[in-house]
Amino acid sequence: MATPPKTLFQKVWERHEVVPETVDTPAVLFIDLHLIHEVTTPQAFSILRERGLKVRRTDLTLGTMDHSTPTRTEQVFGGAPIVMDSAARQVRQLEVNCAEFGVELLNMASDKRGIVHVIGPELGATQPGKTIVCGDSHTSTHGAFGALAFGIGTTEVGHVLATQCLLQTRPKTLAINVEGSLRPGVTAKDLVLAIIGKIGVSGGTGHVIEFRGPAIRALDMDERMTVCNMSIEAGARAGMVAPDETTYAYLKGRPRAPQGAAWDAAVALWKTLPTDQGAVFDREVTIDASTLEPMITWGTHPGMVAAVTGNVPARSDDPVFDKALAYMGFNAGQQLAGAPIDVVFIGSCTNSRLTDLQAAAGVLKGRHIAPGVQMLVVPGSQQIKKAAEELGLDKIFIAAGAEWRESGCSMCLGMNGDTVGKGQYSLSTSNRNFEGRQGVGARTLLASPLTAAASAVHGRITDPRDLL
Amino acid sequence: MKTIDAIRSITSRTVVLPRTDIDTDQIIPARFLRTTSREGLGAQLFSDWRYTADGKPNPDFVLNRPEASGCTVLVGGRNFGCGSSREHAPWALLDFGIRAVISSEFADIFRSNSLKNGLVPVVVDEPTLDWLLANPGMSVTIDIETNTLALPDGRSVKFPIEPFARYCLLHGVDQLGYLLASDAAITAYEQRHTV
Repeated sequence: MATPPKTLFQKVWERHEVVPETVDTPAVLFIDLHLIHEVTTPQAFSILRERGLKVRRTDLTLGTMDHSTPTRTEQVFGGAPIVMDSAARQVRQLEVNCAEFGVELLNMASDKRGIVHVIGPELGATQPGKTIVCGDSHTSTHGAFGALAFGIGTTEVGHVLATQCLLQTRPKTLAINVEGSLRPGVTAKDLVLAIIGKIGVSGGTGHVIEFRGPAIRALDMDERMTVCNMSIEAGARAGMVAPDETTYAYLKGRPRAPQGAAWDAAVALWKTLPTDQGAVFDREVTIDASTLEPMITWGTHPGMVAAVTGNVPARSDDPVFDKALAYMGFNAGQQLAGAPIDVVFIGSCTNSRLTDLQAAAGVLKGRHIAPGVQMLVVPGSQQIKKAAEELGLDKIFIAAGAEWRESGCSMCLGMNGDTVGKGQYSLSTSNRNFEGRQGVGARTLLASPLTAAASAVHGRITDPRDLL
Repeated sequence: MKTIDAIRSITSRTVVLPRTDIDTDQIIPARFLRTTSREGLGAQLFSDWRYTADGKPNPDFVLNRPEASGCTVLVGGRNFGCGSSREHAPWALLDFGIRAVISSEFADIFRSNSLKNGLVPVVVDEPTLDWLLANPGMSVTIDIETNTLALPDGRSVKFPIEPFARYCLLHGVDQLGYLLASDAAITAYEQRHTV
């Protein structure tokens, strides 16, 4: 008898059921890769210690430091102390915890360190068909490889450390079919911002999204990661893209990817994962990539977004809208292009990979940022930093007047010393424009690396196609 | 050892935050996450709304008003707890004294984190939420055993909660203990599953 057609999500989920879900109890789901960092794990290790438990699978656990860590070279490499005691304590605590429990840690001195969602793929640890979790909502990034990857809380970090499993209820599925193709100057970041604008910041709640269609197939892995990264900004439990030749080409030869005969066996398995013809999703949404423009947010969540050539909308009797505009210092209906900016941030797990840096450098080459603008370029990992320097990108950024830093989450979330000042406008390639996200009173405008670099040149919101 | 206490019902006047999409960066900003403890985070709850730039309590913010004193039930707009997975958000709410949050929709990770700490997420329909948002300070009772929210006008509204989560709240079940008890099944799975 033929098995009924299944979605990519269903196949990965069912392969990891230790105990299936029942009416009364959630599934026990096995986790293939647990990524940990300094901010959301100390309290979980404390629970293990209190209860006399071990880390069950140290071979499936990998630690790094990214969120509270400084990005200034002298602080990263120990010539000067980490300025904030609290951050230094978290870093030290993770070192103690990993040493005590036998977990591999890519520490501050490691040339493999970086943002947790950048290094997993870069090392080849992120693979199709795996279940991947981390105490960070942007774990959805890894879904770009056809993994089921999602963020968890610290209590659940403790569950995975102790049992390598999680208690989970099965989410629903949402297919987002992206037809057509992106036009020049319109990037994966613009696509995902447009998707969030269309379905809303809770449009994916309770669902795992599968991004499908010709415009998704045409994306490279860095671009697919940008799209899946922001699935959580639509409220989704996870975002996934089916693995294909692009996926395999990216992974082949990476240090933690299977090698030799194991590689061939893995690819054979991965090829069974894509959604079967005729499989049914709980919901479907279709979007035409060919009509999209470069996008930019104007409000205080990522769903408040418009084309960079467009305007802030005008709405009446909407107190949430009024509050967002008051916070941002914008007027209803005002034109976005030409609005002045103070800070430009290129970085974060959304847009800090080599191709993102190349895109920004392409705009900045032979140009200088506008007077009065501060620009920070923060590569996603130490390996990306090195690769960018080998291409001379650092020299382009520095010549343009930007600062070139060590890897980390940096200005995305204002907890490591890199912050945006009160009332300042920050054009940022990160993922969240919530009030105060980049610093108390900071006003964040989310956009692509191209838009960020072009806007840095003019000191104003700029359509990057004017400079390409 | 920190495990959650059993909860059967919560009765309180409500404190109301009439905003949609309240994200966890508002509930507790990231700069307060440089801690290795889960204690004492109530002081930083809604910090950027609760305090003025000079660190004084903002008298206009609802949690600083005298009528909010002693309230253990918070009502917030749709999509409460969106954004970051930080469990510091429910820790801060609980440390401040909030025991339940009522909204018409919760973000998935926030909801999961809340249930694991005994903070009850109560999902109601939009008309009920609108009524609660428009009528702050109403006395309500949240009954976990019958999953109902009792309103002061005598109405009783059912709210959805998974049977397992409800059982855990009612009996203070330690979910890590439950998982550890699945050890034989996990071992058997590990023997047939290669990563």
